[in-house]
Amino acid sequence: MRFERREHRPLYLMILAPLLAIVAALVLAGILIAIAGAPVLEAYRRILLGAFGSRLSATETLTRATPLILTGLAAAVAFRARLWNIGAEGQFYFGAIAVAAFGSKMLAGLPALMLIPLLLIIGAIAGMILILVPLWLRLRFSVDEVVTSLILNFIAVLFVSMLIDGVLKDPMAFGWPQSQGVVDHAMLPKLIARSRLHIGFAIAIALAAIVYFIQSRTVFGMQSRAAGLSPSGAVFAGVRLGTTLVKVACLSGGLAGLAGAIEVMGVKGYVTTDLSPGFGYAGIVVAMLANLNPLGVVLAAIFTATMFVGADGMSRGLGIPTYIADVTVALSLLTMLIALFFTQYRVRR
Amino acid sequence: MSTLIDIIASAGLWAAVLRIATPLIFGTLGALLCERAGVLNLGIEGIMTFGAMIGWLSVYHGADLWTGLLIAALAGGIFGLLHSALTVTLGLSQHVSGLGVTLFASSFSYYVFRLIVPVAGTPPTIAPFQPIAIPGLSTLPFLGPAVLTQTAPTYLAILVALVMAYILFRTPVGLAIRMTGENPHAAEAQGLNPMRVRYGAVIAGSALMGMGGAFLTLSAFNSFFPTMVQGRGWICIALVVFASWRPGRALFGALLFAFFDAFQLRLQTAVQGVPYQIFLMTPYILSIVALAVMSRRARVPQALMQPYRRGER
Repeated sequence: MRFERREHRPLYLMILAPLLAIVAALVLAGILIAIAGAPVLEAYRRILLGAFGSRLSATETLTRATPLILTGLAAAVAFRARLWNIGAEGQFYFGAIAVAAFGSKMLAGLPALMLIPLLLIIGAIAGMILILVPLWLRLRFSVDEVVTSLILNFIAVLFVSMLIDGVLKDPMAFGWPQSQGVVDHAMLPKLIARSRLHIGFAIAIALAAIVYFIQSRTVFGMQSRAAGLSPSGAVFAGVRLGTTLVKVACLSGGLAGLAGAIEVMGVKGYVTTDLSPGFGYAGIVVAMLANLNPLGVVLAAIFTATMFVGADGMSRGLGIPTYIADVTVALSLLTMLIALFFTQYRVRR
Repeated sequence: MSTLIDIIASAGLWAAVLRIATPLIFGTLGALLCERAGVLNLGIEGIMTFGAMIGWLSVYHGADLWTGLLIAALAGGIFGLLHSALTVTLGLSQHVSGLGVTLFASSFSYYVFRLIVPVAGTPPTIAPFQPIAIPGLSTLPFLGPAVLTQTAPTYLAILVALVMAYILFRTPVGLAIRMTGENPHAAEAQGLNPMRVRYGAVIAGSALMGMGGAFLTLSAFNSFFPTMVQGRGWICIALVVFASWRPGRALFGALLFAFFDAFQLRLQTAVQGVPYQIFLMTPYILSIVALAVMSRRARVPQALMQPYRRGER
């Protein structure tokens, strides 16, 4: 048995592959649910109901999808240029803590119309600052950024923990390590009344469209793709690799930082060290599920959020550990990799 | 200053160094073996988590400690098989496949653990490996209590480092592995099967990673809790670069790293007024610094991360 590269990728395969991958992941996860002794179809019915069964749960799912869209975009833009930014988790926390630092007292006097955009920008810049460390190490010392950006996640969370235990600690939190809250008018307006769904969701979708436009219609988008396809070829074609990577990194880190900022300003209002249940890491899966397509990221993020939100209700009802959501999402990453492979290769005996 | 000297002179510090180093030695050697054959294995963090979980679970359900360690190694090997299938047979991006394996292995560990062990106030425990006092030597002053009263897996880890150094540089198998990592086409011209060599190295390397994880639950602690691996896997990947892909230096690097880790733990209690997070950050910062310093003169296996397909260049 050997594999032969396809001359061109048929469109039907490109559309079918992600769907097949998700079905395969659901079947595999179904086996695990069955082993746990629960009815599989009932489990999936409850996940869907838990995620979309009521107005409350549907808005909750979209609220959960919001940071995932942004961290997914962060991974997608970086991976396309083969910049392995695995540090979205840390960048998320940097964006979040920057917003808490500036939005609680320092800029509190500004009116909402100025304060909110300013805080979003500050959050994005905080994310960019963190990603510049692994990028600098790669460009200056040729250190693979996978490990450095990953290890920075641990450092970033410890740094945030230090701040919310120290200078940024909320004295009213009964000794609990929690940052001071942002002022009320820094909170993002609700998209739907009497729900947690905030305008950040619309911002995330708009950014997905913008990133799609940048990647498909601009010179920078073309350069970043070229840098990913073949670095040496890109250099030969006159692309300045270093500059391109810095721009890609700023976009990627900025999006992840923005995710943290929006999560604080949209949902919590303050920062704790469990603000993110792994949004940064889930963003990697979201990006892969979308085959690095910015518009696909929106769908993949909603799928992932559906699993996470839906699994809570299913878990309570059927006694299956909620980790089944993480397992399913991770499995769909693996099945997606295999599915994408078969859009590029065919099997020859 | 005198506190620093007191800390360094205490036998307890050095005993802790070896204990902290053990999972790093296993993990670094495992990653090193994979990379020597040309495969980056970022599945390490997840494989260590799974090894920690399955080793603990086996012992909790009545297996003896060595069987637990063996099961962890087997489980690690199975994840290695998965990573090889994706990266060697299909030639997928080693970065992405490894991250996929990590995400799957860790979430699968938590799932299986929660499925079998219900939520409880205090986590259930097992009787872990006990320190072995080497007869005669362990009664030596300082050296005895510091170095020669470790648990069996620690001695095993050191032994594995020596054996791996021997195998890699003194045997035909080692030559085959190194050649495959440098130039799989040349290896094939010599009548080797690069695919098979890569499969073997990744499976064996992943088995070592599983054992490194199992050390945490079977020796260092006596219970399993999610996130207990705490980035040790990623530190191992950094240590491989620090070690310039040599087992002896990997052993040294893991010990050096563990020294700083054990030292900062003791410094935390000795030095007041500095946030404890600063101390906790140092091992991570250190591994980044080590990467930056060593990357310049590191001799990376030339075919690392390059998929090999017969007849395709």
